[in-house]
Amino acid sequence: MKASMKDTTTPGISHRHYVSYIDKSREYYAASGYERPYRWPRYDHVPFTPLAKPLSQCRIGVVTTADQAPGPAPRATKLFVAPNSKASGLFTEKSWDREATHTDDPETYLPLQRLAEHVAAGHVGSLSPRFYGVPTDYSQRLTIEQDAPQIERWMREDGVDIALLVPL
Amino acid sequence: MSLVARHLEAAGIPTVIAGSARDIVEECGVPRFLFVDFPLGNPCGKPWDTKMQYNIVGGALDLLERAWQPRTTVQRPETWAEGEADAHWRKRFMWVGDDNRAALAAAGAARRQAQAGNRKAS
Repeated sequence: MKASMKDTTTPGISHRHYVSYIDKSREYYAASGYERPYRWPRYDHVPFTPLAKPLSQCRIGVVTTADQAPGPAPRATKLFVAPNSKASGLFTEKSWDREATHTDDPETYLPLQRLAEHVAAGHVGSLSPRFYGVPTDYSQRLTIEQDAPQIERWMREDGVDIALLVPL
Repeated sequence: MSLVARHLEAAGIPTVIAGSARDIVEECGVPRFLFVDFPLGNPCGKPWDTKMQYNIVGGALDLLERAWQPRTTVQRPETWAEGEADAHWRKRFMWVGDDNRAALAAAGAARRQAQAGNRKAS
């Protein structure tokens, strides 16, 4: 393995290095006057399904949290399926880091071109002709009962074997 | 998004999440998580850096194929910035400090008032 062994020693840390968005958002909304912190989902049990066939024979589908409609549009429009040709021109009005970066390049959050290149290289069998959009809001119930089963139905229609999910 | 991954996985469709909010994804509990330690917005690589994007997507494919148990997190080696510049975005996102505490409280109050008005109108 070719790795540069440059010195990355720091003076050490007193907080975890990676950002805790649970901590940050709790403090941010508390400072904004919201008294009850959001309750993030947490489970003890995690499902697991091994690949049923080699990656090179699998069809992959991509799920995005980008929207086909702008922010104020009804929730129902944010659960959608679209042909891959519609991947540019999505709305990305999510709480990503506007100070540090931008979302002008869709491949940074919906990498259909990069996946097509991996298909061409034979790493993965094929790319679904459509991608799937899921709303992100405070209703975990709607995500579980309505959104996720609909994404699954669309994936079955498209013969999808494996899924890449990319939250913005 | 973690909830969708859990549903698909339980339904027999193997999943991988590529993302940057490590604590949210890991606390929920998902089968496979490719952690890209970048500011929120570009979990599949820096804008216009097609080589990096290709490598990160390749990492997601590797993880799909090679994970043998749930809650497998793999961290990508790419870094957003070095030293102070790297510390800066981590500190600034959703910043709360003496310089903006009053403004945040005022904006929150205004938002709640507007929402209450909307509810009354509908």
